[in-house]
Amino acid sequence: MDLNLKVWRQAGPDAVGRFEIYPMHDVSEDMSFLELFDVLNEQLETRGEEPVAFDHDCREGICGSCAMMIDGRAHGPERGTATCQLHLRKLTDRETITVEPWRAAGFPIIKDLAVDRSALDRIVEAGGYITAPTGAARDANEILVAKQASDAAMDAAACIGCGACVAACPNGAGQLFTAAKYSHLSLLPQGQPERFTRVVSMVEEMERWFGSCTNHGECEAACPKEISVNFIAMLNRDYVKAQFKNPALSGQRH
Amino acid sequence: MKTLQDLTKTSDDEAVGSTRRPTNPIRRFWSSAVGKKWVMAVSGLALLGFVLVHMVGNLKIFLGAVHLDEYAEWLHTLGEPALPRTVVLWGMRLGLIAAFGLHIVAAAQLTRMNHKARPVRYQSRRDYVAANFASRTMRWTGVIIALFLLFHLADLSWGTTNPDFVRGNTYDNVIASFERVPVAILYILANIALAIHIFHGSWSMFQSLGWNNPRWNPIRRYFAVTFAAVIAVGNISMPLLVVTGVVGK
Ligand code: HEM
Ligand code: FES
Repeated sequence: MDLNLKVWRQAGPDAVGRFEIYPMHDVSEDMSFLELFDVLNEQLETRGEEPVAFDHDCREGICGSCAMMIDGRAHGPERGTATCQLHLRKLTDRETITVEPWRAAGFPIIKDLAVDRSALDRIVEAGGYITAPTGAARDANEILVAKQASDAAMDAAACIGCGACVAACPNGAGQLFTAAKYSHLSLLPQGQPERFTRVVSMVEEMERWFGSCTNHGECEAACPKEISVNFIAMLNRDYVKAQFKNPALSGQRH
Repeated sequence: MKTLQDLTKTSDDEAVGSTRRPTNPIRRFWSSAVGKKWVMAVSGLALLGFVLVHMVGNLKIFLGAVHLDEYAEWLHTLGEPALPRTVVLWGMRLGLIAAFGLHIVAAAQLTRMNHKARPVRYQSRRDYVAANFASRTMRWTGVIIALFLLFHLADLSWGTTNPDFVRGNTYDNVIASFERVPVAILYILANIALAIHIFHGSWSMFQSLGWNNPRWNPIRRYFAVTFAAVIAVGNISMPLLVVTGVVGK
């Protein structure tokens, strides 16, 4: 198939960027979107031009590196997939495909399509962990967890940290990422002791970098793991609850 | 050239939201966008209650002058004899002013924060999948409601824009106002804006309040659609039926 790739080129963080159009001839429909960029970059290098910088690693939808705004949608038009899992056969109806980087204050552009997503790490550092004792791991079945609760925690834990939620959000909010990283711990018994300090510190860190949630739902639609906005409601609820908790009583069961 | 380390550091004035958090718990809650959204949801809920009760009361216009004027008078006497005349009414008015104030200030501050969160917009066209017209126009429908509210007060509470206004003659004042075609159109348009605002708001507030339960979640959309439709139909029926001459003197 033939198509035109319209790609955002920007030499560096402070450089002025612009779209560049690259006609791609005779590319296979079975190529993934990242392979299309590999082909393009080979052509560019052969011509002695600068290849397009883009992030990628696993190329199987689990690392969260690949990040592209494809025709106005984070990770392109296919639901529940990352850019690396998008195949050209899904895009046969298009003559020109426009690709630009994630745009958010918290994701400064490094070069071309590559952005710096370490703000997401800052949020995890603020509370997206449990303080576990060292030593041998406890037996997995020692703590009983309801099936529904562990399923929900697993759904949240599916987050690969790609940043599509922020990219897709009209407000540039990081609520879905934060809610996922918050919930996968806070839905399980092991996450309880730090639950209410975690929610406050993660929310406050999130707000240093990202916008506020207006419940548009674009994040859920863009998420390659289809993580639900239900987790955002849980995050909001626990943030309000945390205001009224006395941490000194957190060891009490009833 | 900036290094990666330079990029990952942000000074406080580069930050999108609040960085120095106050120690006073109320101010700290307010400093957070999640806290402000909670305030918006609670004040929005209060405004929803007001809008509904206000509409139900006003629909007495269809029962005739006696009923509407009697209802208007009752609002002034509410709480008597335990409390002097209009004390309860003023209490409710102050509550409403507070709800509007908090709602608008929070909306303005969050809007500013959201603009800061994406200083450079997408340079190609966005293709939205989930965001709808209502959710994307909240601040505009909100501003329309606020401006309309000022006109509405001037029109039917203070009488400044209504030459035939007579204090206390609620029914006659309303009819005299709605008989003017441009005014009736204004009321109808403003209520369409209100219904659009409510369509998103009365769903969104559940999320902001954290009222989320898989069993009940589908109901939240029905609730929002129904609420918006009821308010639209009820409020628009009044100017519409008066300006078309179906109801009147
Ligand atoms: C009777 C009038 C009003 C009612 C019933 C109402 C109701 C609501 C409700 C229930 C919400 C949802 C809150 C949430 O998501 O938690 C909301 C959101 C909003 N309201 Fe209103 N509102 C009214 C007037 C206004 C006014 C006058 C403005 C602004 C000038 C305004 C601006 C907004 C904005 C911008 C949002 C979205 C905020 C966000 O999600 O970040 N509203 N409104
Ligand atoms: S490259 Fe790993 S998720 Fe796409």
